[in-house]
Formats: sequence, C-alpha cells, structure tokens
Amino acid sequence: MTDREIMKYDVVIVGAGPAGLSCAIRLKQQKPELMVAVIEKSSEIGAHILSGAVIEPQPLDDLLPGWREDPPSICIPVEKDEIWLLSQTGRWRLPTPPQQKNHGNFIVSLGAMCVWLASKAEALEVDIFPGYAAAEIHYTAEGAVGGVIIGDMGIGREGEHKDTYMQGIEIHAPITILSEGVRGHLSKQLIKKYALDKDSDPQTYGIGMKELWRVQPGKSKPGLVQHTAGWPLDSKTYGGSFIYHLDKDRIAIGFVCGLDYEDPEFVPFEAFQQMKNHPMVHEMLEGGEILSSGARAIAEGGYQSLPKTELPGALIIGDSAGTLNVPKIKGTHQAMRCGMLAAEHIAETSSAVGFDARLRDSAVVRELYKVRNIRPAFYKGFWRGFIRAAIETVTAGKLPTTLSIHPDDSSLKKLDGYSSPHRNWVDRDLPPRDRLASVYFATTAHDEDQPVHLQILEPDICTSRCVKEYNNPCTRFCPAHVYEMVGDDAAKQLQINSANCVHCKTCDIKDPYQIINWVTPEGGSGPNYQNM
Amino acid sequence: MKILIGIKRVVDYNVRVRVLPDGSGVDTDGVKMSVNPFDEIALEEALRIKEAGNAEEVIVVSAGGDECQQQLRTGLAMGADRAIQIQTSESLQPLSVARAFLKIIEREEPGLVILGKQAIDDDNSQTAQMLAALWDRPQATFASRMELNGNSAVVTREVDAGLETIEIDLPAVVSVDLRMNEPRFVKLPDIMKAKRKPLEVISLDELGVAVEGQINVSQFSPPPQREKGIMVDDAAQLVQELKNRGLL
Repeated sequence: MTDREIMKYDVVIVGAGPAGLSCAIRLKQQKPELMVAVIEKSSEIGAHILSGAVIEPQPLDDLLPGWREDPPSICIPVEKDEIWLLSQTGRWRLPTPPQQKNHGNFIVSLGAMCVWLASKAEALEVDIFPGYAAAEIHYTAEGAVGGVIIGDMGIGREGEHKDTYMQGIEIHAPITILSEGVRGHLSKQLIKKYALDKDSDPQTYGIGMKELWRVQPGKSKPGLVQHTAGWPLDSKTYGGSFIYHLDKDRIAIGFVCGLDYEDPEFVPFEAFQQMKNHPMVHEMLEGGEILSSGARAIAEGGYQSLPKTELPGALIIGDSAGTLNVPKIKGTHQAMRCGMLAAEHIAETSSAVGFDARLRDSAVVRELYKVRNIRPAFYKGFWRGFIRAAIETVTAGKLPTTLSIHPDDSSLKKLDGYSSPHRNWVDRDLPPRDRLASVYFATTAHDEDQPVHLQILEPDICTSRCVKEYNNPCTRFCPAHVYEMVGDDAAKQLQINSANCVHCKTCDIKDPYQIINWVTPEGGSGPNYQNM
Repeated sequence: MKILIGIKRVVDYNVRVRVLPDGSGVDTDGVKMSVNPFDEIALEEALRIKEAGNAEEVIVVSAGGDECQQQLRTGLAMGADRAIQIQTSESLQPLSVARAFLKIIEREEPGLVILGKQAIDDDNSQTAQMLAALWDRPQATFASRMELNGNSAVVTREVDAGLETIEIDLPAVVSVDLRMNEPRFVKLPDIMKAKRKPLEVISLDELGVAVEGQINVSQFSPPPQREKGIMVDDAAQLVQELKNRGLL
C-alpha cells in the first residue's frame, strides 16, 4: 500500500503528443462519461514536440470534422514538392516518388497542432496536466499495469528533500496508455518486462534535428516542401534533410541521420550544419535568424520492429511502438490513427486485450507493411538502397521477402582497424556555430539542483573500454553537448551536463554498451519549444 | 485578516523574447505565458502567513483579458481561496492597475496587500508604490523577509547598500523580492480543486476606473548585434587598435 495520494481515472494517458491527444479526444467522443487524464512532462503542451512536419489530414478529418474552418495556428497547404540530390556544391532534381507527393497535405508545426488538439480535448473535459512527469509504473497486486506514479518534485542533487519537496501522487486507472513518443522510458521498461519485442526485430532509430528560421523577405515560398539526400552524408550513412517553407518569412529546416551509422567519429549535428551551408540552402538562410532549434529521435523500424502493443492493463501507441512511415517521413497521421483505434477499442471492450491484433489488422499496419523493406534496403549503402527502394515502391511492397532490421547500438565500428570516410565538408558561416550555441535556442531548462536524469549504469566503461574502442561517441552524437570527457589523459572523466538535455533520447539508443538509461527529470524540465 | 495578491500574466521567463520586425512590440504569438515569478513569491508568502494562522483568506487578483484566468487558476491551485479578474481588453499601465486594485481594496478591506516587486515584461516596479500612495497606507518594497506583529509588520528590504529593516503599520502594501521564499509546486489534485474555487469577473468599467496612459511606447528594438572581433598579434597591436577606436 502506498502513502502517496491517489487520483483515480478510467484511462490515464502518458504523453500529450498527437497519439495521446487523439486517443483522449476519441475516448470522450465515444464515451463522454469516461474520466480521462493526460499526463505530460513538459511545462506546457507542445514544449517537447519537435517534428518537420508535413501531415496527411485524413485522421484529422475523421477525428475533428470541420477542423479546416478552425485550423491550428501554423497550417500551410503544400504547394510544391522537390527532391534534390546534393553534392558539395551541386544539385540534381530527382523525380518525386509517390510517397513524397504531398498534394492535399499540410505543413504544420506539430507543437502548435498539439496545443490546438489539447484545447479540443479540454473542451471535451479531458483533464490535461502539463508539468508532471510520469516517473514510474504503478502495478496492481496481480502484477498488471494499474496506472502511473508521478515523479517527486523538489529533490536535490544528492537525492535529499529540498524545502519545496512535493511527493508525486499516484494516478490509478484500469487502462494506461503509453504515448511517450520515440523511446519512451516507461515503454522501454514495459517492453523489457513483458518481453513485448520477443517476436519482432529490434527498433531502429534516426536522430532528427531541426531549426526554425525567420529569413529575409521573399526567401520563403510558403507551401514549398523540399527534401535532400546525398551530401553531406557518405553513402553508408542513411539520412537527408527537409526544408519546409512556412508563412511569415519562416522556414523549418532539419536533418535526419539514421542511428545505425558506423563511423564512431561522426557528428550528426555537424552534418546538419554542413547541409545548411550548401549553396542552395545557404542562399535561403543568409541574413536570417534562428527562432528555435532542437532534436528528437525518430523510430524507423516500421513493420518489422513493432513490438506487441498490448499488455495487462496498458497499451503502447504511436511512436512509443514505432508507427512512423519512413519513406513518407510521416508519423503524425499514423500516431493519430493508432491513438483513435486504441480509444475505440477501449470504448468497446474496456480492456487492453485484443488491441494488438486489431492494430495489426488496421490501416496503420497495412501502411507500414507496404513500405517495410525500404529502410532496411539502405543497409547496403545509398545507391543499392535507392534501387531496392524504387523496386519496393513500384511493387507496392508485395514482394514476398521481408528484410530484417538491425539494432543501432551494435552498428558502430570499433576504431581499431577502421578509418572514417573522407568527408568533403566545408568551413561554414551560418549560425549556430556549435552545439552549445544551438542548445540556447532550444530554451531547455532544468533546475541544476536535482538528480542527474541520465543514469550511467556502469560508469567505469567510459574510461576503461569506450575511450579505446570508440573514443566516447556520446560526446559527439548528443545534439546538446551533454556528455564531455574532461581532464587530461591520465585523469579523464565523463562529465554529464544534464541541464543541456533536450530529451531527444539519442544517447539511450546509440550508446554501444547500452549503459545510458534516460529517466524523467523533474516535471516541467526540458526544452521549451515554440512552434516546432 | 484577508490578504490580497496581485498577479500578472507575463511572457514566461524561459522564452527567448523576440522583437517584432516592425519594432511595434514583442512577438507573443504562440509564446508561453505564466504567472509573473515575483507574484508567485508574493502568493507563496501569503499562503505561509495563512498556514501560520495569521490570515483567514487569500485572494488573488489580476487585471486583463479572459486569458489571465489561466494564471488566476494557477494561483487558486497553489492555495488561494478566491480569485478576482478585473476584466479589460486595454493594455494597462501601472497607474491604472493601481487604481483598479484600490477599488478591490475598498471592497475587500484586506489587512495586507502583497505584490511582486516588478513584472518581468516591463520591469516598471511602480504598481506597489503607486497603490500604497493612492491608498494612503505604508509600503515596504523589495522585501526579502516579513514578520507580522499584530497590527504591524517588520520587513527587511533589499536595497543597494545592503539590507534595511523597517516596521510598518498594517494594513500596508508589500512588494516582494526573489529571496523572500521559494514558491511551492502545485499538487495535481489541487489543480482539480482549483477549478471549483470561486473566480469572479468584474469589468474595469464596473469598477469605475478610467484607463489613462501616461506613457506612449514609440519603439522596440533588439540590443545591437555583437560585432565580429579581430585577432591581434601582440600587445602593441592591441594598444594601436584601442587607440584607433578612441578608447585609449
């Protein structure tokens, strides 16, 4: 029995992203008498949401008919698609593949859209609580998931109670929905505890980094959707950029790198900055200013990596399971559909049982199945991947084979016997000059006097093995420069600047020894993204 | 006694504020808004006084459009008993706010009015002082410590020379500084309770306060961009460059 205060709901949803909010709205539409709570660790809705984003509107039409008369604050119809292959100074326009034909779609700020979805949910009397972190799962006496335990607040760096100490309450509900986004920490625990991934391939991820720019008048062509591949990446590193032109002289620009990259010296943030300095992109950005920046991991495993999404007392939905469609680079419509399906299932059966089968039979997984071989095709490098992807597209995924997904944490080559590819990168002049300057625009804030939320399970490995085998890649793959090796060679130590963390989860994913465990810091901590 | 707390809805302190391209103001589109941090400290102090048994009611007051009800609800969730919104769509300057608060004081007859020392958006630090003058009661501003003694209060103020301790008769206006206290976190169940606490809306017109702006803001501009520096080879060159810029 607990000494914590308890609040009871019919459904508790962890995470106020598109999946969680769509689920909440649909639940109330189907059964208005249900008591539904949404718990969100960020200080306000949208503050931890970062995405391109070009969205397919059909789930919105389904969930909120009439939304087009009252759209979210940033919502620009797509006018034109362009796909470019870049070299250091040159570019070639490629034909737009069907998955990237965006006619009828909208460029949105997913963060602003979540704020808008939250207001719709609140109008239906969903209780939304931003600023509170669901730190742990509450288990019932029978061992099923029975809700969540909100993290204690006001705890000092050594674990001591400060004057402001406030014990976290427990929220009990017969059904808990995990919609934490990619690599959610509670989803990670549950997947392990219930072996939900035993019949699926490991999940594979990408790191998505994004900046929102205000550019010189005339440089932004609202409705233009551009994607690039090629330079600055080498042929063995999966990834590319997106450039989405918004209104009010704004451009959303970003870069995705597959986290299965092999070069331990690779710095994803630097690849992003290089791309911005390509002549085609530089021309758009020069004279502009950065409004916001940040990063978030992306789930790229699709069909093969989907774990079992139901467990006693809970469902895992959206990108916590991994529903993003990789060749479309769109996950929002899938997350929304998944959330709505979960809501319909709960409204009908009041149980988690049977959801997984229903999901696998649905449009969400049908869409993932169709494109299942595209991402793994790129394990053979860019050109062979490109050809296989084209074949898969033309055959609509109907070929009988299914390529398997490889785990990211074992993809790094050891330094011994490996040399990084020569990168023809340039001297660059656009801001931000480095990761610290970039983190400034993420306006991430953590009370420094709290326990470090990046747990290193075996800290000796950093200085005894990792430094020799991989040269501490965490100091390079983290987009916020959280990890640093300080001190001279004899006394080198890992320093964790946890206050910089933007909650992207890349370290939890890419660390080759899997000793980094990301847990929630105090509720309300983390980025304060606006319109991202 | 009753304690009245003034709350202002301001741009959150974490936000990277940006000047609008035409210089007419600050970009507040889609920007996070919060209770002014010093006002939270003021409310926290009032709650502690009530918890010590020296006040029976804490009332939070805010002047603004209906969006400020969000901040009033936060105040109620922290522990205030009642909220009052002075409704207006006008942008108010401190004198108008002080006049409006005076009307509420006349209605509620509080023993203590606690405000934040300044709002983090305009940094005026005027409302508390003006309110005390209009009310013709004592004021203790930039307070970092307060002790109630029946009909008076001993207040320590943070001043340029250090700390100044004064005694003032109640009722009075106190404005609080950072070191007064650290505001409590809001407990989740209290957010739900706050929804049921009374929130009264009174329009500025109903209070009989005319909006009179004494100040006209003509332009906003961001601080000048830091110029690129140059590297100098030696001390002699440094001295020369400084001389060239008229700095030596």
